[in-house]
Amino acid sequence: MSLLRHRLFWPLAVLAALLAVNTAFTPGFLAIRVQDGHLYGSLIDIVRFGAPLILVALGMTLVIATGGIDLSVGSVVAIAGALACEYIVDLPDQDDLAGVLTAIGIALAAAVVLGAWNGLLVAGFGVQPIVATLVLMVAGRGVAQLITAGQNTSVTSPTFKVFGGGYWLTLPFPVLVAAAAFLLTALLTRRTALGLLLESVGGNPAAGRLVGIRARGLVATVYIAAALCAAIAGLMISSNVSTADGNNAGLWIELDAILAVVIGGTALTGGRFHLTGTVLGALIIQTLSTTIYTVGVPPETTLVFKAVVVLAVCLIQSPRLRAKFRRRRPPAAAPAAAEKVEVTA
Amino acid sequence: MLKKLLTTLATASLALSALAACGDGGGDGSGDGKTVLGFAQVGAESAWRTANTTSIQESAAAAGIELKFSDAQQKQENQIKAIRSFIQQRVDVIAFSPIVETGWDTVLKEAKDAKIPVVLTDRAVDSADDSLYVTFLGSDFVEEGRRAANWLVEEYKDSDETVNIVELQGTTGSAPAIDRKTGFEEITSADPKFQTIASQAADFTRAKGKEVMQAFLSANKDIDVLYAHNDDMALGAIQAIEEAGLKPGEDIKIISVDGVKDAFVAMTEGKINVVVECNPLLGPQLMDVVAKIAAGQPTEKRILTEEGVFTMDQAAAELPNRKY
Repeated sequence: MSLLRHRLFWPLAVLAALLAVNTAFTPGFLAIRVQDGHLYGSLIDIVRFGAPLILVALGMTLVIATGGIDLSVGSVVAIAGALACEYIVDLPDQDDLAGVLTAIGIALAAAVVLGAWNGLLVAGFGVQPIVATLVLMVAGRGVAQLITAGQNTSVTSPTFKVFGGGYWLTLPFPVLVAAAAFLLTALLTRRTALGLLLESVGGNPAAGRLVGIRARGLVATVYIAAALCAAIAGLMISSNVSTADGNNAGLWIELDAILAVVIGGTALTGGRFHLTGTVLGALIIQTLSTTIYTVGVPPETTLVFKAVVVLAVCLIQSPRLRAKFRRRRPPAAAPAAAEKVEVTA
Repeated sequence: MLKKLLTTLATASLALSALAACGDGGGDGSGDGKTVLGFAQVGAESAWRTANTTSIQESAAAAGIELKFSDAQQKQENQIKAIRSFIQQRVDVIAFSPIVETGWDTVLKEAKDAKIPVVLTDRAVDSADDSLYVTFLGSDFVEEGRRAANWLVEEYKDSDETVNIVELQGTTGSAPAIDRKTGFEEITSADPKFQTIASQAADFTRAKGKEVMQAFLSANKDIDVLYAHNDDMALGAIQAIEEAGLKPGEDIKIISVDGVKDAFVAMTEGKINVVVECNPLLGPQLMDVVAKIAAGQPTEKRILTEEGVFTMDQAAAELPNRKY
């Protein structure tokens, strides 16, 4: 019972179920082999293509913990990729390490500015987060297209390609970056008081203010952190295909990120947040996409298929259904049972 | 926000220029005897579209036709506004690429009442009344699918073994995705040796093309041919194939549609076998049609753009001619 009660049990169970479905359709789905000196296989692909989403979702978790939301991350993804590729394409030697690092630096610096803009609107002027970040979500894609002049900018830089498509110690580089970002965030929020402060700002702002927490600076910081995560994701996405695509890079990734946060067990109302849950949520979403490709769900029904799985995940996680499993409150179990029938039907 | 402001400014300046045209007292807007063409473009959403715009602007200048150009930034309301302003300016011919298929009857009727002929380029409108436009100049996406399949049939004519095909579709529900799939299947379904073993949408983008192809490769052991609905998806897929330790163009034959410069570069490297062209450079053809209409000559209701099929051995010769 204690296993069932663990908040990560259900996300893990769903992930395992998705992998099982894949293994049933594609024998050898779980196999990992060494190809050209690095690991290769479907599982590696899932974490590799999921790395940008994991990063964006990590930033989103912090924003949501303060009771906010950041819709602009998809646009930041596009802007970061556009800035880096435009800089690299103008280098005399596109493969120059210093040049590539400068490009990455420019993209990250731009992200800090964009995040600070969101933070200023939300914490400084008290604009509602959904509205404040909507501004950049809409305008940002236009900015990305201005940067690339409406073209898809292709670069030929093996050095830059390492960032999103390379390998280090046989592991995909973006996975290592995402893992580092996760560890850093976890350390900062769980080994210092920062996590507690964020939760208090989101959970009960009035109480937080009364004990002397300066919410403004914290809130502004999380938007900068979210933009930074998004920019790293944008660099990965553009580097993986060596192209900046102002129109489509990171399109709708904000929604996937919010979904990952929710699947991971963090409430949109703010307060308690779960970084490990978010990572699992992002992996579930990426595994779902891979499942669609490998199982061969027709493209016309892809979105319905996704919706059904997400609905099932959310229902499984509903407190009422959990209550039924815990058998603590028998009266609450009846409607929950009815919901469950709907899911399995 | 910024976009909206810009749109407002653009509209305001259009309205001003319309007023200025009235102020001329020219009436037909062609005081110097030049033919005036009003062109309402979709926007600048891709390299293809930018090449399309450049071609129209350059060939108008070359043909001595005065071009009034409007960019709708992918919004139908902007395009309708632009067409209305062209009607007010009394241009000789209106041409536009409809952003969506429906909702044009009212504004096209206004143009018809003002006796201004309308030419559709690149995309069609869905209207019961086809007297609302003079001609539709553009590609036939179904034919592009057929051409892709014809190359495949020719390539495998001496073989009786099963050919396993995977397909990267464009954005679900878009006309090019539906038509290119239909045309391709029309030909390949005639021979049971052609088997499409996987077909998924990759949204016309490189990133998706790579991701979906990677999944195809791990789910299917024996892929012979890749058919991509556009070059970007094919270019993404090439990277996935290379990372799987296979040779694109040899281990897996690649058929693509569009003909952008990057695809020709890939062809010269032996990574794409054939590209079915979808030509954005329809400016010269459009100017011919406009000149004909202005001279009162009849035109065909449906004009196909001039397009080719390029194979690997032609790629090097054709590459310098690629403008986009």
